[in-house]
Formats: sequence, structure tokens, C-alpha cells
Amino acid sequence: MHTVQLVIFTTLFAIVAALGFVAARWRRPATMDHLDEWGLGGRNFGAWVTWFLIGGDLYTAYTFVAVPALLYAAGAYGFFAMPYTVATYPLVFLALVRLWSVSHKHGFVTPADFVRARFGSPTLALLVAIAGIVATMPYIALQLVGIEAVLKQMGLGGDVPLIIAFAILAAYTYQSGLRAPALIAVVKDALIYIVIIAAVLYIPYQLGGWGKIFDAASDKFHGHLTLGDGQQLPFLTLALGSSFALFLYPHSATAVLASKNRDVIKRNMAMLPAYSFLLGLIALLGFMAIAAKVAPIDHDPNTIVPGLFDKMFPSWFAGVAFAAVGIGALVPAAIMSIAAANLFTRNIFVEYIAPDASHATQARVSKLASLFVKFGALLCIVLINPQFSIDLQLIGGVIILQTFPVVGLGLFTRWFHRTGLIAGLLAGMAVGFALLYLTPNANTHREHFGGSAYHFGDVSMYSGLIAVIVNLAVAAIVTLIARAAKIPDGVDATQPGDYFADRS
Amino acid sequence: METDKSPWNWLLLVPIVIPFCTFLYNGSDPYLFGFPRFYWLQLSFVGLGALCAGVVYRRTRKSRKR
Repeated sequence: MHTVQLVIFTTLFAIVAALGFVAARWRRPATMDHLDEWGLGGRNFGAWVTWFLIGGDLYTAYTFVAVPALLYAAGAYGFFAMPYTVATYPLVFLALVRLWSVSHKHGFVTPADFVRARFGSPTLALLVAIAGIVATMPYIALQLVGIEAVLKQMGLGGDVPLIIAFAILAAYTYQSGLRAPALIAVVKDALIYIVIIAAVLYIPYQLGGWGKIFDAASDKFHGHLTLGDGQQLPFLTLALGSSFALFLYPHSATAVLASKNRDVIKRNMAMLPAYSFLLGLIALLGFMAIAAKVAPIDHDPNTIVPGLFDKMFPSWFAGVAFAAVGIGALVPAAIMSIAAANLFTRNIFVEYIAPDASHATQARVSKLASLFVKFGALLCIVLINPQFSIDLQLIGGVIILQTFPVVGLGLFTRWFHRTGLIAGLLAGMAVGFALLYLTPNANTHREHFGGSAYHFGDVSMYSGLIAVIVNLAVAAIVTLIARAAKIPDGVDATQPGDYFADRS
Repeated sequence: METDKSPWNWLLLVPIVIPFCTFLYNGSDPYLFGFPRFYWLQLSFVGLGALCAGVVYRRTRKSRKR
């Protein structure tokens, strides 16, 4: 048992849980019985809260564990996280500013709300909502993998601690809604910054400098610390596909729609790269683990970061580091469950079950749905092999990317016919799923879902990007056919000026 | 109609295009503080991205106009 670590971990965890419950009174609204309050924190967050919230939302516990694990196992290829996070903010923020404006004007809560109004198609909105929920569930489950990794390192095996942690999370999210992760994100991000800055100063000092770390990594990868010839295309396409996918995830939209005005979002485009820099340093923990000769537990590379902290840090600081990872899992898990719950409420419940549900009913349904979503994620981890969640998350990333023509391009152009978009979306999902299914992994001896890159002979690239190209092609062809056949298109409920609307 | 068209937005192309130019960074020399070029140059692109986005924000924010 690691008593010191456990005490520090538990204390910090308890403080954060208390904050989560208190958050309901923070910026206290007149009523919590409204989706704008529970689900979007009042739509009134300023630049700093938004910075903490989006940073805490996008850089998840799984990210902290999986990105270094990829560098540890695959070398330079794992650094795809860099072009991905550098390009993502400029690439998508101009689109998200438009999403904010049109949502502000029309009171949209989810991206699927926007799709319904833009293309006049509840079916298309339903598909987008389902894609969002399906992609989000395994992502929440993976946050549990992050918590589990640190609990295991501290000697706490079994499912009970995990269930307790998640029950607390579920309770305060139910009560406080988006205000809870927004407040907790401040603590989470502060802890993460402290731990990582300490790690990149202290660990290389212990290991004899950065030169030694890169030498050790170079030995492991036979002198290849850069991309090989066949790796460039998968590296670039995975980075590009990931930077689009990141902001198509419903939880990104939730955090962005919670901000006060357009300037807050634009300012964050310049402030958020601070997290990208942090992520680059976190990635390099993988090489530090090689230099420190950290052995993965049960051949699972996801255990190397907790292992590295345990080996290199004094016991009390390792406790702080584990708390950072554990709390780091709570913020995204809360926001993701809220985002998925909002999708269910707005685009399934109100659309198909109770069209005249009041705001209070919508808020209540969303709160219950958030419990249901978290419970489902917990069952995925406890009852089924975590590898199942990892596979699902790989599939989820490819699936959410297929909403790019509808949500991403839809913010700029109304050229596509709704029938074309539905056909493209379905085709993209089918192709993406098939490519992933057909990808074996020689290292782990798995026949299916062996990785994100599909090989055509000598050339390989990210399956999600191939699928989205098919998606766009099908959408364009069917659009032309639908126009020629004079199939009625949906009515656009938005005006061009709506995409620039701002809070006055 | 109000729009947010501004020539400054073109500056955002820099941090979109540069990180995908592997020929710039796919090598080891020169080293910097023990980091091969592949790693330090890509980390420095983060600063480039923040700088470009910062300039665009300051030039296009609403509170500047009027």
C-alpha cells in the first residue's frame, strides 16, 4: 500500500467533490430548472473560465495516459499530437464562432439542434445526435481507465474505489450541471500544470538531462527518432482528421456554447495553445519512461505514466500527480455526460417523445440522462474488458468525423441537399467501420480494430479521413441527383446574419 | 449585414499549414538543449500558433471597433 499517496489523493479528491456540490451556488441563477442553466452553465462564462473549461474538457485523463504511451511504444509517430493540437484551434475556431452566434440567436443547445434548423431535417439531426452519443460513451469509459491506472499504481485494485469515485461524480453533476466541471477545471488544470512543469524539470535532472533521455529512446527505436518514409502520410492524416474530430465531439460544442460572447471564443483561440505546449511535454513523458526503464504493468503501456511518477517522484508528490490524473478524468467525464444528455433530451426526447416538454422537464430529463450515460460507461469498464472501450473510442473518433460535412461545412454552406448529407453520413460511417474492422495489428496479434491507419499495399493513411472523403463524394453525388429529380429539400430556418450575431 | 470578414483572418493559415510540412521538421539536426529538431521545432509551432491567433484576436475583436 502507498499510504502517503493515498492520503493526498483522497484529500484532494474530497476537496474537488465538495467544490462540485458548492458549484450549484456559483453565479447562482434564478432557476436551475432550465437547460441553459444546468446544461450550459447560464451561457455566460468569460474568457478565463472558458479557458479552464475547454482546456479541462479537451485534455482528458486518457490523453495524459495514452499519448505518452504511444510515444513509449511507437516513437516519433506518437508526436502526431503536436500538428494536431497546433492546427486545431485556428482550423475550427472560425467555424465554432459561427456555431456560437447561430446558437445564441436561436437558443440551440446541441450541434444537432443547429442541423435540424439548418437543413429542416429531424432525421439528419437524429443521426448527428446518435453519432454524438455513440462517440461520447466510450470516451467517458476511457476516463475511468485513467482513474483505474492511478488507483492500480497506488495498490487499490478492484472495482469498488472506481464505483465510489464515479458515484460522487454522478451526484454533483446531477446537482450542479456544467457549473461543477467549470469550477473543478480550475483545480484540475492548476494541478496538471504544476505536476507537468515539475516533471519536465525534475525527472530529466534525475536522469542526467534531456540528451540522455533522447539517447535512451533512440536506442530503443534503433536510431530512428523521426518519421520513416511510410509513416509520414498516416502521421499527417491522423493529425488532420483528429483536429477536425476534436471539435465535432458534442462536449466541445457544450464548452464553447457556454461562453459569453464571440470575443471570448476568439481570445481563447490564442490562449488555448498553452495546453498544446503542455501536451507536447506530457507526450515526452513516454521517452522519460524509456530512459527510466519503467516496465509497463501487465504489458499495458497505459500504465507507464503512473509508473514513471511512482518511480521518480517523492511519495507525497506522486500522490499529487495521481490526484491530478484522477481529477483530470472527472472534468471531461462530467462535460461529456452533460453533452450526451443534452443530445438525448433535445434531439430524441423533445423531438420524438414529448414535443411540448417545458424547460423544467427538459432540464429534469437531461439530469436523469446524464446519470444513465455515466452508469453505462461504468458498466462498459467493470463488466467488459477495457480493451472494448479503447476499440469503441477508435470507432467513435471515426464516426464523429463523419458529421463534418453536416455540422462543419453546414456552418458555411447550404449547398448540400439533406438527402445527400444523410446518404454521405451513412456511407462514411459504413466505410470507416469496415476499414477499422479490416485493420489487423501484428504486434498484439489482433485481427480486427488493430489501429487507426489502413494499409493499401505500401501506402497507409488514417481510416477516418478516407471515410470522410467517401462521405463527401457520396453527399455531393446524391445532392446532384436529388436536385435533378426535384426531391424537396428542407427549409433553412437560419439567416446569413445569424452567423455573426453577438451579445450586445 | 454584420460580418466578421477581415484580411487578418488569413494569418490563421500559417499555423494550419506549417505543422503539416513534415520536410521542415522531420530530421534530428540541429539539436537544441538535447532535443532533436523533430521535437523542439514542433513544440515551437505552438508559440507560432498562439502568436498568429493573438494578432487576429486583437485586430478583429469587437471592443476595438466603434
